[in-house]
Amino acid sequence: MIEINHASKWYGDFQVLDDCTTHVAKGEVVVVCGPSGSGKSTLIKCVNGLEAIGSGDINVDGLKVNGRKTNLNKLRSRIGMVFQSFELFPHMSVLDNVMLGQLKVLKRSSDEAQQRATLLLDQVGLSEHAGKYPAQLSGGQQQRVAIARGLAMDPIAMLFDEPTSALDPEMINDVLDVMVDLAQDGMTMMVVTHEMGFAQKVADRIVFMDEGKIVEDSPKDEFFKAQGSERAKEFLSKILTH
Amino acid sequence: MGDFDYSVILDNLPLLIDGLKVTFLLTFLAVVGGIVLGTFLALIRIAKVPVFSWVAAAYVNFFRSLPLILVIFWLYFLVPLFLGRPVGSFYSVLIAFILFEAAYYSEIIRAGISSVRDGQIAAGRAIGLSYPQTMRYIVLPQAFRSMVPVLLTQAIVLFQDTSLVYVVGLKDFLVSAELVANRDQRLVEMFLFVAVVYFIFCFAGSLYARHLQRKLSA
Amino acid sequence: MNYNWDWGILFREPYFDWLVEGLMWTVSLSLCAWVIAFALGSVLGIMRSCSSRPLQLIATVYVELFRNVPLLVQLFLWYFVFPELLPDDAGRWVKREMPMPALTTAIIAIGLYTASRVCEQVRSGIAAVGIGQRNAGKAIGMNEWQVYRYILLPNAFRIIIPPLTSEFLTIFKNSSLALTIGVVELTAMTRQIEEYTFQGFEAFTAATVIYSVVTFTVMLLMRVVERRIRIPGMIATS
Repeated sequence: MIEINHASKWYGDFQVLDDCTTHVAKGEVVVVCGPSGSGKSTLIKCVNGLEAIGSGDINVDGLKVNGRKTNLNKLRSRIGMVFQSFELFPHMSVLDNVMLGQLKVLKRSSDEAQQRATLLLDQVGLSEHAGKYPAQLSGGQQQRVAIARGLAMDPIAMLFDEPTSALDPEMINDVLDVMVDLAQDGMTMMVVTHEMGFAQKVADRIVFMDEGKIVEDSPKDEFFKAQGSERAKEFLSKILTH
Repeated sequence: MGDFDYSVILDNLPLLIDGLKVTFLLTFLAVVGGIVLGTFLALIRIAKVPVFSWVAAAYVNFFRSLPLILVIFWLYFLVPLFLGRPVGSFYSVLIAFILFEAAYYSEIIRAGISSVRDGQIAAGRAIGLSYPQTMRYIVLPQAFRSMVPVLLTQAIVLFQDTSLVYVVGLKDFLVSAELVANRDQRLVEMFLFVAVVYFIFCFAGSLYARHLQRKLSA
Repeated sequence: MNYNWDWGILFREPYFDWLVEGLMWTVSLSLCAWVIAFALGSVLGIMRSCSSRPLQLIATVYVELFRNVPLLVQLFLWYFVFPELLPDDAGRWVKREMPMPALTTAIIAIGLYTASRVCEQVRSGIAAVGIGQRNAGKAIGMNEWQVYRYILLPNAFRIIIPPLTSEFLTIFKNSSLALTIGVVELTAMTRQIEEYTFQGFEAFTAATVIYSVVTFTVMLLMRVVERRIRIPGMIATS
């Protein structure tokens, strides 16, 4: 479904991605972790073309993301994305946030869009907040709306860019619960996160990045049993002891 | 455009340069006067002295609501009336610019002072400085350093504004050029020349202001 | 100071009518110029922030050109120079046959000049909405125009209401420059009253009061508008 082959990227002289290769199969859940500045957020943004790679290539569902002729808008409409800082549209109600892409991109009728939006808001447990504005919700609620917004496009895969790192601890689980449900329903997911509990529960594979490189890419059980690299061990011991 | 006559510019260059000198002199004096009076107004407003702060705020808002041309007319009318004898338009215009621009400078300076962290005032007071001393030695030096690019940008605006002395016929750069233009019937050449000269000075100034801003935020 | 006060002059014919007429010209000039400035400035602001290099460049050149030449000089360029550069017939039309040539020229000159300032406000408003919102829009598959239309602009224009208000008031004040090419707006009218009656104090006071009152009224009005369209839950930033 998502194939990243030898992707490299530079910001001026600084190399953020260094020859990254990894594949995500249909229905697979892959957790990407690593210290800050390791390039994991950049990598996931390259998957739907929000950032361009310098060399290598990325294919999603057989379409080349960095191809000249690829219609990126169309591609993006088929991949949902959830951001660290939610990025709900502040001037629209929760319901309108979830309907906007359906109306303007998928050209659904407003009845159909509203039905779908209501269903999804119910699924993330926020149907009673449909009429509110994002600034009237807590961070955890906003992030769940953002997930619903992504799902409203009926995506073939979902990307999560540190979805819980801007949240207060007591709200993290509400969001993770929604994500676990999603994973168990068979959604293809690529998740940048440090939530190892989530990884242990639903991840198929863990990708560990450091200094722009994919240092480790292994099935969950293998990863937690014996991390091959010193860096991964060190990183895990740091985040698991706290 | 084939008959564009460069010689009219060259022939009258001394006259035009004299005009440009007036423009620069007026700009310089008005910037200095505006900053001095503006700083004074800003400090009064920030100090929150009853009545005085209110008057300073009213002054700023009042002048910012008026067209500069009207203020020029006012002073052109008032200054001789007060002095009881006619004076050259330069002085009445200069006073008009200082009074007017001080309102704008005071807002810039007030923002600059507010951008210095509150802790700095507390720290100054903590080592025993008085409030005016804290302002003089701690707050203002920091504020002015951060304000230099904005003050320069405002000076460029002021430089452009001085062209409005046209309404009282003071022989600045624009009026000198206009005199030549009408006398020799060379409006196209003279006004285009004026525009180009203003553009060069202002563009160079704004590039420099941007450069300073970048250096400051780096 | 020797001065014969006569405040009654302001309410006597024809001077009272002059003031009213002057104000009407000032207001109509300002409103018309604002339409040009707002429309063109918004387009330029979008161009400066969009992804197309050539469009960015065009808007940048426009801003630098119009911002770095004094408005009065621009006004003279449009009024005295521009018709000369046109073919003879067109030049004559602009100078004489066009309806109200001085007023029309002033509207265009002030409108085009202020557009460069509005452009910068719109651009900074869009920048303030942030790259995250732009990405979020793109991530649900919107094209660039849709991202602007539904996400960036509705937020940006809310943010820049205060600076846009002050740009409008700048136009209102700058409209007095039109007197230099013979438009008899408010400032010119009061000057005229001074010259006819020698009651400069009263005449200029009248103009001063009118300008201030209009300015403060507009500011109050826009504060109400701002409150009206504020997004629920957001804290006012002004």
